[in-house]
Amino acid sequence: MTSAEKRLGAAANFVDERLGAASWVKKSLNKVFPDHWSFMFGEICMYSFIILLLSGTFLTLWFDPSQREVVYEGVYEPLKGITMSAAYASTLDISFEIRGGLLMRQIHHWSANIFMAAIVAHLLRVFFTGAFRKPREFNWILGIILLTLGLVEGLLGYSLPDDLLSGTGLRITAAIVQAIPLVGTYLTFFLFGGAFPGVGFLPRIFTIHILLLPGIFLAVITIHVMLVWYQKHTQFPGPGRTEKNVVGHPILPVYMAKAGGFFFIVFGVTAFLSAVASINPIWLYGPYTPGQISAGSQPDWYMGWLDGLVRMAPPWETHALGHTISWNILIPALIVPGIIFTGMAFYPFIEAWITGDKREHHLLDRPRNVPNRTALGVMSITFVIISLINGGNDILATHFDLSINQIMWFSRISIFILPPIAFVVTKRLCLSLQRADRDLVLHGVETGQLVRMPSGEFVEIHQPISDEKRWILTSHEQPAALELPASDARGVRRPGAIKNKLRVRLSKANAVAIPKVSPGELKEIEHH
Amino acid sequence: MSNEIEAFKDPGTPVHAPRRADVDPRAEKRAEQQVALLFGLSALGSLLLIYSYIWIPDNLFIFIPVMGDQNAHQLFLGLGMAMSLFFLGMAAILWAKKLMPDTEVVNYRHEFRSSDQDREEFVKTVKDGVAGLQFGRRKLIKGSLGASLGLFVLPPVLLLRDLGPLPGKELEKTNWKAGTRLVTDPGDRPILPSDLEVGSVVQVLPEVAHDSHRPLSDIAKDPVLLIRLRPEDFALTPERLAMTHDGIIAFSKICSHMGCAVALYEQQTKHLLCPCHQSTFDVTRAAKVIFGPSARPLPQLDITVDKEGYLIARAAFSEAVGPSFWERNSQ
Repeated sequence: MTSAEKRLGAAANFVDERLGAASWVKKSLNKVFPDHWSFMFGEICMYSFIILLLSGTFLTLWFDPSQREVVYEGVYEPLKGITMSAAYASTLDISFEIRGGLLMRQIHHWSANIFMAAIVAHLLRVFFTGAFRKPREFNWILGIILLTLGLVEGLLGYSLPDDLLSGTGLRITAAIVQAIPLVGTYLTFFLFGGAFPGVGFLPRIFTIHILLLPGIFLAVITIHVMLVWYQKHTQFPGPGRTEKNVVGHPILPVYMAKAGGFFFIVFGVTAFLSAVASINPIWLYGPYTPGQISAGSQPDWYMGWLDGLVRMAPPWETHALGHTISWNILIPALIVPGIIFTGMAFYPFIEAWITGDKREHHLLDRPRNVPNRTALGVMSITFVIISLINGGNDILATHFDLSINQIMWFSRISIFILPPIAFVVTKRLCLSLQRADRDLVLHGVETGQLVRMPSGEFVEIHQPISDEKRWILTSHEQPAALELPASDARGVRRPGAIKNKLRVRLSKANAVAIPKVSPGELKEIEHH
Repeated sequence: MSNEIEAFKDPGTPVHAPRRADVDPRAEKRAEQQVALLFGLSALGSLLLIYSYIWIPDNLFIFIPVMGDQNAHQLFLGLGMAMSLFFLGMAAILWAKKLMPDTEVVNYRHEFRSSDQDREEFVKTVKDGVAGLQFGRRKLIKGSLGASLGLFVLPPVLLLRDLGPLPGKELEKTNWKAGTRLVTDPGDRPILPSDLEVGSVVQVLPEVAHDSHRPLSDIAKDPVLLIRLRPEDFALTPERLAMTHDGIIAFSKICSHMGCAVALYEQQTKHLLCPCHQSTFDVTRAAKVIFGPSARPLPQLDITVDKEGYLIARAAFSEAVGPSFWERNSQ
């Protein structure tokens, strides 16, 4: 034993005698993680969160979250002598007078955007591959919570500098809260410490942004990752991979080196973007004052779809009995997003109810093999993209010389029409892909080699696919539709007839599939 | 459950194929050198960051193709940091991919459900524990516990009461009163009708005592847009026409949808457009909403001139300005 080993051994002994750590650390270090590029989206989320904590901590060292009015006397000439909040002035100081301050602001904002983008990509990966199925429903819900908190945290974050753009965002936020029936006006006054823009809002959201929400984030992310650890990662189907095992690289050393290296790559790319592509140049917007606005006001992209929904809402308000209800705000800003997020959170249970499947699932689905789910996902993406397009309707109108009214009408109509079309088209595409898989298994790959037969006929040689490939294309299940007869064997009507009928119909739609190839079929075709 | 057909046989985990660095010592050496080179680039990046921080002045601009003039201090600080991090990560991954053992390992999963025996014991433990509470027998405790828990949640809510004042009639009030002069924003100068040419737009605020401070919450409600048209351009009810003065019409600048400043005026069409959500108001028809999500016209301010000829408000706004709220009591 070398002396280094001796010293390490002594340290390990010291810890183990007190914590008994050796037995589970040993088990953990042998833990296996399956590899797939799409599993890295979740990693990007976690790494961006760490980058946000680091860069955010740096920014708090100089940021002054105060609405106190000061006269700017810093180095940025165009704003010299202008009255502004201390929050805005200190953001200017961070940008122009603290070396590396602008870089850190850029890193913070860029990584917030990357964080949200990675959450969305991760969510789509988990959705389309069915990774949310039993036993992982809890983790799916935690993920939806993180997505929702991320939206709020992002909004609060870009509101803090108190520039003209972010103040406008807060004006809209205040109007949304104010639109809530019964309590809205009171809530706004309590949140803002008086009539908008109030006196206490910035210091309050600062505490929420840097302490409360990051604390909740940290806790939820920890549970999220611990559950992945405990339940073991899902894996794509492949030779040797079953519902009972997990195939991949062990934590030490390969996974650790790859994951650790990937953290630095994510950080490096974020720093590169921050160095060359400046976003949110708050010094160009000027300080916030409610009487002014800049044309082309846009929220960050992850809020853009909500703003797009608000823009396309019809001008409906109800005035009755001395009260006003603003449907034009409530529907797009609270009711529709509320339904979407609740629906997302419950989706694993809805799907399990339709399929009647109560088993654990650790092998992922290929999206084409679950046409209904895939179509539902594409339908939702279409909905959000149309909303997002409408959220940028002013920018689109000026850049492409279009009429803003026409873009708005396009969005208002297509938000109802295009998502269902997307559903149908995606479902057909999935079935076509299943058909293509079936052909591939039955007839193999076209080689492009033509052979002339003795009879004079030309045929193309097909090469059979490998056993591994055939296994990937045929190992999935093709569940049958549920059968819930309206009456039982003795002719007595079962309770919940309407619910059962709906369930049977959904289950039938869900079970539509191109039959996969069986070995018998393949043998038969080979004899021909 | 599923119409299972006869299945193919699982070919099993593929046999491990050695990489070039596993079999060719020269490839192995080369991989090692590549990893070392990447670590070296990372170190160079850190040095670039230190150099930029200390020696590149923060007012030095350099021309970069495509990007234009860039602040060299900021740029190289960022690039140094990016290099230092990115190549560190690349080195670690290349090391793992080319040199570390790459045989795949199989772990086994176990069902998460506890054994029946564990479950039964769990149920028994919980039942025994709950029985120990003696809820069934101790009605008095049960009742008082309910009351105390019910009241226990109130103080924390009550303690938040002082977050802000009660709204009262605050949202319905502005600083416009009968006789308030209209003054320019910025500049605080009173306005003569002759100051406004036909087609012009001016932002005004209610006059306040000299040098007194306007809180932002007032600026969030008070701004008014003055627009002068030819009197024949108006298509107003007599009542609304009487609120104009000599072709000058005044509207609240605060959008009746979500409170943004309605700042875009199209002279040709005489439309006001809110840049936030594109609600469009027709000035000639008392700011009627002709497009977008807003449900109400912009409130009109009744204006006239005082003895000295300056524009004043003849009355306060007859309705609340800005976005709607539950207590709002007018169409």
